[in-house]
Amino acid sequence: MAVPGGDVVVIGGGATGLSAAWWLAREGLRVVVLERGLVGWEASGRNGGGCTHPFSPLFREEQRLWPQMDDLLGHPTEWRPNRIVMADTESELAEMEADCRAAARDGFHAEMLTPQQLHELVPIAGPDKAGGAFWHFGGHANPQRTVQAYAWAIQALGGRIVQHTDVTGFELSGGRVTAVVSAAGTFGCDAVVVAAGPQTGVLAGWLGVHLPVTPARAEIIVTEPLPLMAHGGINSTELYGRQTLRGNLVYGGGPHEWLPPADLGRDRPTTPLVRNLAKRLARMFPGAAHARVLRHWAGVIENTPDGRPVIERLPEPDNAVVATMSSVGFGLSPATGHAICDLVLRGRCDFADLRSLRLARFANLPADWRERRGWVPPDGTGTA
Amino acid sequence: MKLDATSNAASFAPPSERYDVAVVGAGTAGCAEALAAARRGARVLLADENPLAAGLIGLDVPLRYGGRATSAVQTPARMVERIAAATPLLAEAFDAGIDVRLGTCVWGAWLPAPASRALPGRLLGLADETGSWLAGFDELVVAAGARDLAIGFAGAELPGVVGACGFASLLQRYGAFAGRVLTVIGGGALAADCVALARANGLRVAAVVDLAAAPSAALAAVEDMRMLSGHVPLRAVGGADGVSALVAADVAGGEPKTIACDTVVLAVGVVPMVEIPAVLGCRMTFDAGRGGHVPVLSADGRSSLDMVRVVGDAAGVACDQDMLAWMQALHATGGAEVPACLCEEVSRGDLLGVRPPRYLGAGPAPQPPVDPGGAPNPDHIKRLTRAGMGVCQGRRCREQVAALLALDSGRPAGAIPLASYRMPLRPLPLHLLAPAEEPEGMQENWRIWFDIPSMFTDHRDIPVGDEA
Ligand SMILES: Cc1cc2nc3c(=O)[nH]c(=O)nc-3n(C[C@H](O)[C@H](O)[C@H](O)COP(=O)(O)OP(=O)(O)OC[C@H]3O[C@@H](n4cnc5c(N)ncnc54)[C@H](O)[C@@H]3O)c2cc1C
Repeated sequence: MAVPGGDVVVIGGGATGLSAAWWLAREGLRVVVLERGLVGWEASGRNGGGCTHPFSPLFREEQRLWPQMDDLLGHPTEWRPNRIVMADTESELAEMEADCRAAARDGFHAEMLTPQQLHELVPIAGPDKAGGAFWHFGGHANPQRTVQAYAWAIQALGGRIVQHTDVTGFELSGGRVTAVVSAAGTFGCDAVVVAAGPQTGVLAGWLGVHLPVTPARAEIIVTEPLPLMAHGGINSTELYGRQTLRGNLVYGGGPHEWLPPADLGRDRPTTPLVRNLAKRLARMFPGAAHARVLRHWAGVIENTPDGRPVIERLPEPDNAVVATMSSVGFGLSPATGHAICDLVLRGRCDFADLRSLRLARFANLPADWRERRGWVPPDGTGTA
Repeated sequence: MKLDATSNAASFAPPSERYDVAVVGAGTAGCAEALAAARRGARVLLADENPLAAGLIGLDVPLRYGGRATSAVQTPARMVERIAAATPLLAEAFDAGIDVRLGTCVWGAWLPAPASRALPGRLLGLADETGSWLAGFDELVVAAGARDLAIGFAGAELPGVVGACGFASLLQRYGAFAGRVLTVIGGGALAADCVALARANGLRVAAVVDLAAAPSAALAAVEDMRMLSGHVPLRAVGGADGVSALVAADVAGGEPKTIACDTVVLAVGVVPMVEIPAVLGCRMTFDAGRGGHVPVLSADGRSSLDMVRVVGDAAGVACDQDMLAWMQALHATGGAEVPACLCEEVSRGDLLGVRPPRYLGAGPAPQPPVDPGGAPNPDHIKRLTRAGMGVCQGRRCREQVAALLALDSGRPAGAIPLASYRMPLRPLPLHLLAPAEEPEGMQENWRIWFDIPSMFTDHRDIPVGDEA
């Protein structure tokens, strides 16, 4: 078990690894983050910024922490509270009511919106939506600002961030990881956190652990700034995203591309899907159909077989924690880091029940789980 | 094996248009390429975005038109005739059976790749004023020309601050230039060309402002024009109609000089339009003498990607001015408050201090981003300051941002990585990008996120079994 003053190596400078390193640094550990590119260069800096995950065991902690993050990190994350969901049909409305009831289980409040109320809150949505819901919880933040804020906060606490540094292996002895081997040399450690996003499975493999996770590429578009709405976090049933505080609409959704699990390097290609996204964004916000699209990018997302994270302190090597978020990791990151910190320091998490995120649930997973789900590249090539 | 129906495996139908050779840009180089390909029997597309939609001209896309277009540009149909008449090779191209598309921009280009396997081949994204569509191609020839190298000073956002390319385009291509009295910035061949072009069109050149201590022979020979050697622009002054004067700073510390003019032509340099090769992933290199970042090309213009050739000014343009020296003098005389990015109102000080944008309120103390020892990365700085994220898509600030980062970090210009280009390569409206039709099943299979029901199951409803 690591103790204050001990050395922890965190592999991966995404939201998960950075938050973990930040929590550990706050506890007085000496942390070093090894990142093969730039911090937040992957999914953590490319996502929709949604911070609303009511189904997760880390939901309460996510909701508790976000309103404090700007102060805790010392830099703006652009976090904004609340979420609006819009429905085009009555059946969508019914689903939204169910979501509102689910939130109530956790003591969070949500209310249904009439078309008129919705139109007042979201003028560009046009008058013909069926209605919607207003969540008095959840929110959204700027991913790029947030990852950088984590990084700055880590440095302010004396932690180190080593970028452009690929981790290539581990040194093990006596059932423990004693060092992390990287392009920038070997880093001795008392504990290690593996938070390498879609690559977490590959790195876990080097520790002798089977962690099923597979990458997919998803795309997102950004428009020119529009007049600021009172609440920027607005989803339809087709698209997720937000209006930034600058006024841009940042929206994604729709088909993703499954990638081979082998690391494909740094290429993050986009596709003509930008047109289909544009079509739906214009439909979602008819009042913004004239808005110009300025950018479009893709990010690579990690997914486990059941779509839920793995956050676990391994039985062996017992000073290693592995964490992969299964595509909902940005918003949860403040809470994830807290949980990982607890696992590193105490071997258990006291503020949330992480049992549903254990690796053991995949013990009987067939080897061809990707093929069974059709989670393979579009040309149907195997996943080897 | 059944593929995930919500994945992109069936998202892209084969395009209805397909070309053996697609040529982007119908200037001299592009027309010649298209004609040569047609003579070989190829099915050829020759696309040129001119005449542009007036909206793009107003946004300084792709050139710095600086609000000096006359209302003539609002009737693109008339502009088509003008362009056709002014470009004899176009008539030849029509006759040769080439599919000539004027007023049609190429805003996207995609190649199948290991991480992008759903594409039905190599694709271009095209758009005109009525809509957007995709076309397939075997070979791509980029003959997109060059765009303006913008330099910054106070008041540079005023109407009347135009680029050398924007100026020449409005004057020659469109016959729609609204200025009368010009001040030209620059001291090399480009500045001399702008002076000559202006005069040949009956415009008055009040002055040339040049960083060099003494004028070039070509500029020295011009009569009836003030030559301000050893000066850089300090501030444009004016009002709603735009520039009424330019104030030039003496780099040796002498009194600033004021020149009455309605237009300032930025003629320090031009930048090869490398956005298509860059988004396609062609290998690039930095060559200050050829306009900065340019694709690595073989003798016949072939890029590192076999199917992409780059010709004409897009491959590189001779440059005889030292951008870093200009930027240094502009910064030394103009100071930190001068905008580095006009769209997002990011000052030089904001940029170098990596300050969060002002709308976030009083930001924390500035700090450099984490990368000790590494060269500053403009993509990184962009994400934090928003410099380059505006509606001109960075065209008015890219090179300035890179030069400022180079100067600030004491590195040569080539040490600063090329900031990523992103599609769409023109800022097009949502409704225009939207396809009229979609592949079968797309609507039905469209999901907001991954279609993994257990992803959204309340964790309390998940049995955790024995290991609990
Ligand atoms: C388009 C899109 C939209 C999304 N929308 C949302 C949303 O609205 N809300 C939300 O919560 N989530 C969203 N997500 C998902 C979310 O972004 C991810 O779940 C989250 O960022 C995962 O963070 P991470 O730190 O675990 O992984 P990553 O961000 O992938 O970071 C892992 C890091 O590890 C590094 N690494 C990998 N291998 C090595 C190695 N060998 N050595 C050193 N470093 C290595 C990588 O370079 C990378 O930086 C979205 C994702 C995308 C792409």
